[in-house]
Amino acid sequence: MNAPVPPPQRSRKLIKGATGDWEVVIGMEIHAQVTSQAKLFSGASTEFGGEPNSHVSFVDAAMPGMLPVINEECVRQAIRTGLGLRAKINLKSTFDRKNYFYPDLPQGYQISQYKSPIVGEGEVTVDMPDGETIRVGIERLHLEQDAGKSIHDLHPSMSFVDLNRSGVALMEIVSKPDMRSAEEAKAYVAKLRTILRYLGTCDGDMEKGNLRADVNVSVRRPGEPFGTRCEIKNVNSIRFIGQAIEYEARRQIGILEDGGTIDQETRLFDPVKGETRSMRSKEEAHDYRYFPDPDLLPLEVDQAYVDELARNLPELPDAKKARFIADYGLSPYDAGVLVAERASADFFEAVAKGRDGKTAANWVINELFGRLNREGHGIEDSPVSADQLGAIIDLIGEGTISGKIAKDLFEIVWTEGGNPREIVEKRGMKQVTDTGAIEAAIDQVIAAHPDKVEQVKAKPTLLGWFVGQVMKATGGKANPQAANELLKARLDI
Amino acid sequence: MTVDLDTVRRIARLARIAVSDEELPHLRGELNAILSFVEQLNEVDVSGVEPMTSVTPMTMKKRRDVVTDGGYPELIVKNAPATEDNFFLVPKVVE
Repeated sequence: MNAPVPPPQRSRKLIKGATGDWEVVIGMEIHAQVTSQAKLFSGASTEFGGEPNSHVSFVDAAMPGMLPVINEECVRQAIRTGLGLRAKINLKSTFDRKNYFYPDLPQGYQISQYKSPIVGEGEVTVDMPDGETIRVGIERLHLEQDAGKSIHDLHPSMSFVDLNRSGVALMEIVSKPDMRSAEEAKAYVAKLRTILRYLGTCDGDMEKGNLRADVNVSVRRPGEPFGTRCEIKNVNSIRFIGQAIEYEARRQIGILEDGGTIDQETRLFDPVKGETRSMRSKEEAHDYRYFPDPDLLPLEVDQAYVDELARNLPELPDAKKARFIADYGLSPYDAGVLVAERASADFFEAVAKGRDGKTAANWVINELFGRLNREGHGIEDSPVSADQLGAIIDLIGEGTISGKIAKDLFEIVWTEGGNPREIVEKRGMKQVTDTGAIEAAIDQVIAAHPDKVEQVKAKPTLLGWFVGQVMKATGGKANPQAANELLKARLDI
Repeated sequence: MTVDLDTVRRIARLARIAVSDEELPHLRGELNAILSFVEQLNEVDVSGVEPMTSVTPMTMKKRRDVVTDGGYPELIVKNAPATEDNFFLVPKVVE
């Protein structure tokens, strides 16, 4: 279905060590909670934050004799995600038991897909802030159950266990070791999150743990084979992923440069100390004793079903970005900013409809996003609607208000709301194109600054200063173009 | 393929079954008997034969994405030796 991923060709991002350059190699396993009403194998709710053990069925609690029945929506979501990752969909996949003991895993095993995952190889295109585009190969995506939650700080000698999460569907998305810096890893997770949110297959909420990453890090001399890797478990923010990789790469380089060797092990990232520490070594590594789950038949879907899902996929960020560049004349950077969230892209399109795309992008990105970020709002709760912002842009376009007044108008609409056109009427914010009024202001400025009038004869660039003064004298309402022309005539330059 | 005493001890540990040292040789014998039986089965050439997952041709039943279960936390924790506020209480586990 997709061509094999060629080896990454890109500028080398090397880390300087005491004895030369090192290259860091990163692969990731992302656990993404599937958006569904009910759990993967039971009819209990997936809702976050219920009373302890209230979203738990006897299946999720692994009571004797309970049997799993798969939720068709979770299958549909996994396939849609696979399609969004341009991946091979396996029409037949199987479920296996991954065996280990932990109090929040009542079955004593996790139902997962080991040998035959539902989704095979795919690819994610990642745009870096510096304009470079990298491709990260997807190894596989499989469905599995989440475990329950253990709380260790409620009692001195006991742990509290809540099984509400137990059995919720997860997609484990495994990348190839295609990333070469913390920046690339962060950009990959951000992009994957965007794709999942566009598809509506995972809400990407990292604070709730609905998207979390296991990060595999190793270092090597450029051109050499892969080094021994360490796995950093359960990192739950994009920023922490970056910090964990930076720290871990440095740690490994330090050991190797001192003549040591890296032990393959599982490590934890401590966000408070900003370091990783050993969780368990390979010797104590779990032996999961996978075997096919006898309670579940193979999962089979037909090609017509997959094709139908593919036909109904929404426009994804890469396609949307290309369209914004082609149709609205946006720069790749601006288009990238706008498509990062589907809601932002929709907002932009509503503003840009029937207007100049670049102007719309400028206003949405610089004024609106800038303001939203400062106030900690998402685009969903923007006080300024797409219609209101569009009206402001129209008022500038038709010359009713100046660009400067437009910013004031934006401020008024932001804090007070209302119809921009009516506000302009009521508050007398219209741009003055009446030459008489502008000339009066010019007379005033010239009379007040005879010295500048002398200077401008020798230095015509001072004209800008005069325009500024005239704008000030008219409360920003003078049409700057008209002021400029009239000043030129009066000052004879 | 045969297993030694250490492997038996390890398997018991992974399965969280307490096995005393005296029981190990006996268990090793049983496991090796099973393994030699499996080895006999391995002599059959099954290349190209799909693993049988069901005796009758059937496909996996699927459920619709509707919440139909849950909402009985007191029943979930009913048999637990220790509970509080419908949480299970277990000896402290921090990895």
